Amino acid sequence: MTSANTMNSSSSRRQKTLLEKVLRVALYICLLGMAAVYLMPFIVMFLTSIKDVEEIRSGTLLSLPGSLNFDAWSKAWGSACTGSNCNGIAPFFINSFQIVIPAVLISTILGALNGYVISMWKFKGSDIFFGALLIGCFIPFQVILLPMARTLGWLGIANTTSGLVFVHVVYGVAFTTLFFRNFYQGIPADLIKAARLDGAGFFTIFQRIILPISTPIIVVTIIWQFTQIWNDFLFGVAFSGFDTQPVTVALNNLVNTSFGGKEYNVDMAAAILAALPTILVYVLAGKYFVRGLTAGAVKG
Amino acid sequence: MTIKASSLESKATITAQAKSFSLAGLIPKLVMAPTIVVTLICMYGYMIWTAVLSMTNSRMLPSYDFVGLSQYERLFNNDRWIVALTNLGIFGGLFIFTCLFLGVILAIFLDQKIRAEGAIRTIYLYPMAISFIVTGTAWKWLLNPTNGLEKMMIDWGFESFTFDWLVNPDKVIYCLVIAAVWQASGFVMALFLAGLRGVDGDLIKAANLDGASTFTTYRRIILPSLKPVFFSAIVILSHIAIKSFDLVAALTNGGPGYSSDLPANFMYAHTFTRSQIGLGSASAMVMLGCVLAILIPYLYSELRGERHD
Repeated sequence: MTSANTMNSSSSRRQKTLLEKVLRVALYICLLGMAAVYLMPFIVMFLTSIKDVEEIRSGTLLSLPGSLNFDAWSKAWGSACTGSNCNGIAPFFINSFQIVIPAVLISTILGALNGYVISMWKFKGSDIFFGALLIGCFIPFQVILLPMARTLGWLGIANTTSGLVFVHVVYGVAFTTLFFRNFYQGIPADLIKAARLDGAGFFTIFQRIILPISTPIIVVTIIWQFTQIWNDFLFGVAFSGFDTQPVTVALNNLVNTSFGGKEYNVDMAAAILAALPTILVYVLAGKYFVRGLTAGAVKG
Repeated sequence: MTIKASSLESKATITAQAKSFSLAGLIPKLVMAPTIVVTLICMYGYMIWTAVLSMTNSRMLPSYDFVGLSQYERLFNNDRWIVALTNLGIFGGLFIFTCLFLGVILAIFLDQKIRAEGAIRTIYLYPMAISFIVTGTAWKWLLNPTNGLEKMMIDWGFESFTFDWLVNPDKVIYCLVIAAVWQASGFVMALFLAGLRGVDGDLIKAANLDGASTFTTYRRIILPSLKPVFFSAIVILSHIAIKSFDLVAALTNGGPGYSSDLPANFMYAHTFTRSQIGLGSASAMVMLGCVLAILIPYLYSELRGERHD
C-alpha cells in the first residue's frame, strides 16, 4: 500500500517535471518572440536606412541590402530638406542640445531646492502648494498653450531658444520637485534637527549633508528630464521659430516634405539619428531610467 | 536682583534668537518663491485664462466679447470634434486594455527566474526612451500598403494578404493603437515587474503549501494585491492617451481626411492654424475635464490611503 503510494507519487512527479520542461520551453519561446516583435521596427528602420531607393522598391522590409550603404545617413545628417531648407537635421540636432542642456540643469537645481524645502523646511502652506504642483504634472498642456504663446511674445522671447528653455523649466519643475521630495522624505529628520541645533543654516545643511547623498536622485532626474525634453514635440512645434526648431519638429518636417521621390532610407536614417541620444542614455543608464519612470509614476 | 538680571538676559537672548529664526525662516520661502509664482501664473492662471477665452468669440486674436457657452455648443455640433472624441474613446480604451494585458503577462512571464532577464527587459522597454515622432515615422513606413508589411507578406507567398489600415478611414485609428502599444507596453511591464518583486514571499509560500497551482496563486493572491499598480498604470496610460498629439502628427497627420484626429490635434489645429481660438480653447477645457475626471478619484483614494497608514 505504502510502496504503491510512493510509486504513484514519484511517477506523477516525473510527469510534472516533463510538463514543466515543456512549459518552460514555451515560456522562453513566448518571451523571445515578443522580444523580436519589439525589436522589429528598429531592425527594419536600420535595414531601410542602409539600402538605396531601388533596393527598397524591389525588396521587402526585412530583405538584406546588397552592400552597406551609408549615403542616406550622410544625406539625413547634412543635406536632406526639412521644409524649404536643405541642410539636413544637423542644425536642429544642435538646437535640441541648446534647449535641453540649460532646461535640464535649471529644472533639476530648482527641483532639488524645492524638494529640500518641502520635506525639511516645511512652512505654512508648503504642503498645499506641493499638492497644487502635483496636479500640474497631470494637466494637459493644451490648456496652457495659447496663454503661454502670448506671454512669450510679451517677454520678447517668442520663437527663441531661451523661450523654449523657459517653457520646459516651468512645466518640468513639477516632476523634478516630486522626485527630490520623495527621495528626501526618506532621510531621517533627526539628522537635520541635530545639524540645525549645531547652528547649521539652510544652505550649509543642503551643501554638506543633503547634496552628498543625492547623487542617485540627481542622476534619475537628469535622465528623466533629458528624455522628456529631447522627445518633446508639442512645445517645439508651438513655440519655436524656423531656426530654433528642435530635432523632433525637423524630423517631422523632413518626413512630410514631399517634393521629389520619397526617400524612405533618408527618413529612417534621420529618425534613428533623432532617437540616438535618448537611446544611448537608456542603454548606458537604463537602471536609472526605469527608476525615474516608476518613481514618477507610482508614488505621489 | 540677580534673578531679575538673569531673567532679563534670557529674555534678550530669546528675542535675538527669534529674530534670527524669522530671518532664517524666510530663506526656505524665498527659495520656493520663484516656483510658486511661476506655477500659480503659468499653470493655474493660464488655465483660468483659457477658460475665459473659451467663453469668448476669439478668432485669430484673443478678444473679450463674451458669448457664454456658445463655443461649447459649436464644439459639440462640430463633426470633426465628435470624430476626435470618439477616436479618443476607441484609442484610449484599446490602448489601455492592450498595454495592461501585455504588460501583466510579460511581467509574470519574466518573473519566472528567466535567464537573461535583464537583456529581455531592456528590449521590451527601449521604445519608451524614443520620441513619439520617431515611433510614428517608423510605423508609418512599416504600415504603408505599397512597400510595408503588406508587400512583405505578398512577396513571402501570401498573395491575398491585404493590410491597408493606414489609408482606410475606418481602420486608421487602430494603426495609432498598434504604434502606441509598441511604445508603452514595456513600461507597464516594468511597473508590474517592480510590483511583483514587492509581493510578500511568505504569502506565495503559504499558497503553495495549501496546494494552490501557480495560475491560481497569481489570479487569487498576487494580482489582487497589485491593485494599486493597476490603478496608477491606468491613470498614466489614460494621461498619455488624452495628451497624444505627436503620434498622430507623425503617423497619420490626422488623415485620411480628419478620420484619425484626436482632441489634442483638434485643439492645436483650431487654435494655431485655423484662427478659431475660442473653439480651440473650449476643446482644451474639455480635455482638462477628461483628465480631472480620472485624476480626482485617483488622488482622493491615494490621499485617503496615506491617511490610513
